[in-house]
Amino acid sequence: MKAPLKWLKDYVDINVDIKEYISAMTLSGSKVEGVEDMAGDIEKVVVGKIVELKPHPDADKLVVCKVDVGSEVLQIVTGAPNVKEGDIIPVALVGAKLPGGQIKAAKLRGVESFGMMCSIAELNLTKDYLPDAPEHGVYIFNDNPPLGADIRDVFDLDRVVEFEITSNRPDCLCIIGLARESAATLGVPFKKREPVVKEEAGEDVNSYAKIEILNPELCYRYTARVVKDVKIGPSPVWMQRRLAAAGMRPINNIVDITNYVMLEYGQPLHAFDYEKLQGAKIVVRTAREGEVIKTLDGQDRKLDTDMLCICDAERPVCVAGVMGGENSEVTESTKMLLLESATFNGASVRVTSKKMGLRSESSMRFEKGLDTENTIAALNRCAELIEQLGAGKVVKGIIDCYPRPYEKPVLKFEPDRINAFLGTEISTEKMVEIFETLEFEVDKKNMTLTPPSFRRDIEHFQDLCEEVARFYDYNNIKPSLLSGKESKQGGKTYKQRMEDVIRNTMMGCGLNEAYTLSIVSPKVFDQINLPADDPLRNTVTILNPMGEDFSVLRTTTIPDMLRVLSINNNRKIPEVRLFELSYVYYPVEGSQLPDEREVLTIGMYGRNTDFFELKGCIEELLAAMGIGKAEFKAETNNPTFHPGRTARLYVGAKGELKDCGILGEIHPEVAEKNECPKRTYVAMLDVATLIEASSTEKQYKQLPKFPAVTRDLAVVVDDGIYVADLISAINQKGGEFLEDVSLFDIYKGEQVPEGKKSVAFSLSFRASDRTLVDEDVNTAMARILKNLEKNFGAQLR
Amino acid sequence: MKQQLQEIQKQALASLSEIRDVRELEALKVEYLGKKGKLTQILKGMGALSAEERPVIGQMANDVRIALEEGIADVRARLEREILNNKLKTEVIDVTIPGRTKPLGKKHPLTSVLDEIKDIFIGMGYEIAEGPEVELDYNNFEALNIPKNHPARDTQDTFYISENVVLRTHTSPVQIRHMQSHNPPIRIICPGRVYRSDTVDATHSPVFHQVEGLVVDKGVTMGDLVGTLQAFAKGIFGENTRIRLRPHHFPFTEPSAEVDVSCWGCGGSGCRICKGEGWVEILGAGMVHPNVLRECGIDPDVYSGFAFGLGIERITMGKYGIDDMRLLFENDMRFLKQF
Ligand SMILES: [Zn+2]
Repeated sequence: MKAPLKWLKDYVDINVDIKEYISAMTLSGSKVEGVEDMAGDIEKVVVGKIVELKPHPDADKLVVCKVDVGSEVLQIVTGAPNVKEGDIIPVALVGAKLPGGQIKAAKLRGVESFGMMCSIAELNLTKDYLPDAPEHGVYIFNDNPPLGADIRDVFDLDRVVEFEITSNRPDCLCIIGLARESAATLGVPFKKREPVVKEEAGEDVNSYAKIEILNPELCYRYTARVVKDVKIGPSPVWMQRRLAAAGMRPINNIVDITNYVMLEYGQPLHAFDYEKLQGAKIVVRTAREGEVIKTLDGQDRKLDTDMLCICDAERPVCVAGVMGGENSEVTESTKMLLLESATFNGASVRVTSKKMGLRSESSMRFEKGLDTENTIAALNRCAELIEQLGAGKVVKGIIDCYPRPYEKPVLKFEPDRINAFLGTEISTEKMVEIFETLEFEVDKKNMTLTPPSFRRDIEHFQDLCEEVARFYDYNNIKPSLLSGKESKQGGKTYKQRMEDVIRNTMMGCGLNEAYTLSIVSPKVFDQINLPADDPLRNTVTILNPMGEDFSVLRTTTIPDMLRVLSINNNRKIPEVRLFELSYVYYPVEGSQLPDEREVLTIGMYGRNTDFFELKGCIEELLAAMGIGKAEFKAETNNPTFHPGRTARLYVGAKGELKDCGILGEIHPEVAEKNECPKRTYVAMLDVATLIEASSTEKQYKQLPKFPAVTRDLAVVVDDGIYVADLISAINQKGGEFLEDVSLFDIYKGEQVPEGKKSVAFSLSFRASDRTLVDEDVNTAMARILKNLEKNFGAQLR
Repeated sequence: MKQQLQEIQKQALASLSEIRDVRELEALKVEYLGKKGKLTQILKGMGALSAEERPVIGQMANDVRIALEEGIADVRARLEREILNNKLKTEVIDVTIPGRTKPLGKKHPLTSVLDEIKDIFIGMGYEIAEGPEVELDYNNFEALNIPKNHPARDTQDTFYISENVVLRTHTSPVQIRHMQSHNPPIRIICPGRVYRSDTVDATHSPVFHQVEGLVVDKGVTMGDLVGTLQAFAKGIFGENTRIRLRPHHFPFTEPSAEVDVSCWGCGGSGCRICKGEGWVEILGAGMVHPNVLRECGIDPDVYSGFAFGLGIERITMGKYGIDDMRLLFENDMRFLKQF
C-alpha cells in the first residue's frame, strides 16, 4: 500500500522525521518497504518565464531565451520546439541537481547558456502525475505560479511511503487505517472527520431504486446513493496527483473520486449509469445458468452459478467486487449515477476473480473481508467529493440493505493472563491506554473489551495479547529460556544417528557431499536407458509444474548424480568423488501419499577409480554401520550399468538378506549420453534397508594368547568362478581353527591355461588354548583343498 | 707403587682426551685394562707389599680402574653420539615439501549449518522430528488455520499433486503430525526439504530447506520465544549477535513476528549485505495459534506454545558469504571442497 505522506497528514500529525517514522511503524507491525521521494534528487529547479525568444545565430534548431527566474534574468539556449515568449516553465539553474546529473553553465554553438528548461521526464515525473504535460518538450504551466518558486513546492512533490500490509489487516489498506496506526504508534491523536453531504438534489432516493439481496451469505451489506445532473470531466489536479502518487491512473472525475475514496477509506465503490439499469432495481444474487456479461475490459464472460453478481431487474450488470459490466458503464453522456458501497464474502470474490483472471485494487480489498460498518462513511465521502467537485447533485437519503447487522464481539479483559502469556509485567493502566488508542471499547467495571468494527481480526485472547505486545514493543519483552518448565532430554533417533554415521563414513572415504533437487524431467529415464515399461517411470507428477523439465518427483537419483558428474567433467575437473543422502518417491496404489525412500547415492570418476574403489567405500560403510551380513552379486542385465562390472548388494541383520541397491560402472552408452567420462562409477543404496540391518552393539573379544599359523593356498579354477564362492567354500571346510581367509593374488597368463585363473589366498589358523602343531593345520588344508577340487574343479598350483 | 698408579691414571686420562675413534679407544682399553695391560701388570706386583699396605694399594688400584672405565665409557658415548650425529646429517629432508594426504570428503555447507542448528537445539532438550515431503493439503494448510481460499495461500506458490495433496511449502505439517501423535510437553525441531514454485535465480530455488521449531507446554510465554531465538542467533552468528522482532502476521501463530539479526557483515552499522539497514531478516516466529492447538487435540486454555521457522539456504549463504544460491545445488567440486 502506497501512502503519500501529505495525504496521511490530513488525518494525523506525523511529528517525527521520516527515518524515525519508518522505524516506529515497522516495530508496531506496519512494515515499511520503502520510501519514494518524488522530489528525489531534484534541487535548484525553479519557476521561470520566457521574456524574450530569439533564433540562435548559428543553429537552426536552437533558440536563445531570456528567462526571468524572479531574482534575475538568465540567458538560456534551448532546442525545445514547443516554447514561445511568455511561457512559464520549470528552469534548472546552474548547479541544479537532476536525476540525469548536474547542470553547468555551457556554450551552445558559441552562445552562452545558464541553465536548462525541463521536461517532466527530466524531472523524473510522469504524465499520470502531471496530466497536462506534453508528450515531448518542455513542461509549460497553465497557471501562474510565482517566478523563482521551488518546483518541489509548486508540483507538490511528496514522499510516498510503501507499507507491507499483512492479510489480517485489510483495514490498513487505506490512508485512514494507516493514519490510525500511525496515531497509535506515535501517541498522537487521530484526526477523525465525518463527511458532510448537502444532498442538493433533494427528493428521496427510495423513489429511484429498490435493492434486494438474494444471497445474504455472500453479500453482507449493500448501500447506495443516487446522483443527478452528473457532469463528467477531468478531476482537479490535486486529486490526480494524489492518485498518481499512490499508484493509480487518473481517468475522469467520477472514476477518480471512487478510486480516491477507496484509497482513503479502504472501501471500493462502483458507479452505475442509473439510466442503463432496467426496472430501477438492484438485485444481488448468484448468476443463473447460462448468464453472460461483457465486462468493462470488453470481454464476454460466462458466469458460473456460484459467482455473485449485481443485477438489475433483468440481467447482471456487474460481477460483485470484481468488475463492472459494459451494459451499465458510466460514459461521457451519463447523466445519473447509482453509487454502490457494499461488502461481500471475501472468499467468494477471491474465487471469482481468480477464475476470471481479474485481480484489481478493489477485488484485492474485498477478498480480505471488509468492514460492513464502513460502507456508509465511504459512500458519504464519495457524495461529499462529488458535491465539492461539482460533478453532480446528490439525491437525499441512502438505500441500506443490511440483512444481518454486525454484532460486536465482547472479549474478556484479563491483564494478568495477558502478562502471563507474554512473560511481561505491563500495568493494567498501560493496557487500557493501548486498547483505547486502538479504539477498543474498554469496560473497566466488567473487565471486557470490544474491538472496533474494522478490526475483524480480533477474535481470541491471543489477538489481544498481540495488540498489547506490539505497542509495548516486542523487543521490550524480557527473554527467558523456558524457565520453570520441566526439562526434556533432547537427542537424535536411531535413524538420525545412522544418517550421521553414513555421512561421516562417506567423508572418511574421501567423498564430498552433494545436494540435488528432487524434481526432475520425465526425460531423465531415457538418459539412463530405462525401458519404456520400467516401473521407475511411474512417477508422482506435479499438476501445475513450472515446465515439463521440472514436473515429476524422482524415482531414481542416478540421472541427477550423472548430471553433477558431467558438470564437473565439462569443467575439466579431473577427479570427482561425491555422495548424496536424499529421497526418491514411489507412487503407492490406493494411497494419496507416495512412499518416500531415503537413498544413498555415490558417484565417482577419475584416476585410480574403479569398481573396487566404489565397493571399498560401501564395505567401509557396512563395517561402520555394524552390518554383519552382506553379499555382492553380479548384476548383468541392468540397462544403466556395464553388464560385467555391476553388483547388487544384499544385506541382512539376521536370517534373510534383502536387496539394498546397486553399484557399478555406468554403461558406456549411458556415460556418453550424459557427457560423463567413459569410466564412471555410481551406486544407489536404500538407506532404510541399511539401517534395518545395522547394529551399534559391540562385544570385546579376548586378544589371542597363542600364535597363529599361516598357510598360503593357490588354486587354478575356471575364469567364471566367483572369488566370494571360493572363500565361502574355504570357510565351510576350514574347521574350528580357521581364523581368517584373505585373497592376495589373482593371476592370469603364462603357466595358467586359457580360460582359467590362479587365485591365491592366505589362511590363518589359531587355537585359543594352545599353540597349533603342523598336523592340526595339515588336515584342515587337505579338507579345504578337497572341497575346492570337488565343487569348483580347482587344481592346486 | 702408589706413585706408579697415580702416574698410570694421569697418563691414561691424558691419552683418552686425544682419542678420535672407537678403534683407538679399544686399543687404549687393552693398553691399560687388558690382561697384559699396564694396570694389570702393576697389580701383579701386589704380592710384594706388606699386609698393611696391601688393602690401601688395592683400594687405590680399584679406584684407578673405575676412573679409567668411566673415562672410557664417557668417551665411547661421545664417539657414538658423533657417529649418529654424522649419520643424521646425511638424512636431512625438506620439511616444507607438502605432506602426503588421503583427503577426507567435505560436508555440504547446508548440512554443516543444519548440524550446528541441531546441536544448539538438542542442547536445549529438543528432539528432531521428520515427516513426508509430499503432504496432505490438510496438514500443510488447513490444520494450520489456512482454509481453502484463504488469502495466505496466495503468498505460497504451491505445487499440487492432486486436489488434496501438495508438495509441502514449509515443514509445519511435521509439527501438526507431531502434535497429533504426542502429548505435551513437546520440544522439537523439524528440518527438511520444502517446495514453492519460484523461478531459479541467485536467491530463489523451487526446492529449498527449512528448519522449524515447536514448543508446547503449560505456561510457555512469549518471553520464552524471545529467549530461545536469542540463544539460537548467538549460537549461529556469535555471542555479540542481537535480534529484533517486528510484529507480523502468520495464520498459524498469534502474536506473530518477523525476526532480524544484527548484520553479520557490519554488526549493525550498515553494509551491502543488510542493504544499509544493519539488520537481516532471518526467520518468522510466534505463539502457536489457538485454532492450531485445538485442531491437534491440545487445549489452548491449558497449554501454550511457540513456533519458529527459517530457511537454511539463507543462513548458509549469509554465514559463508555465498552470493548465488545455485552454487549450493550445482555441486562443483571446487565449491564443495571449500567447506
Ligand atoms: Zn550490514
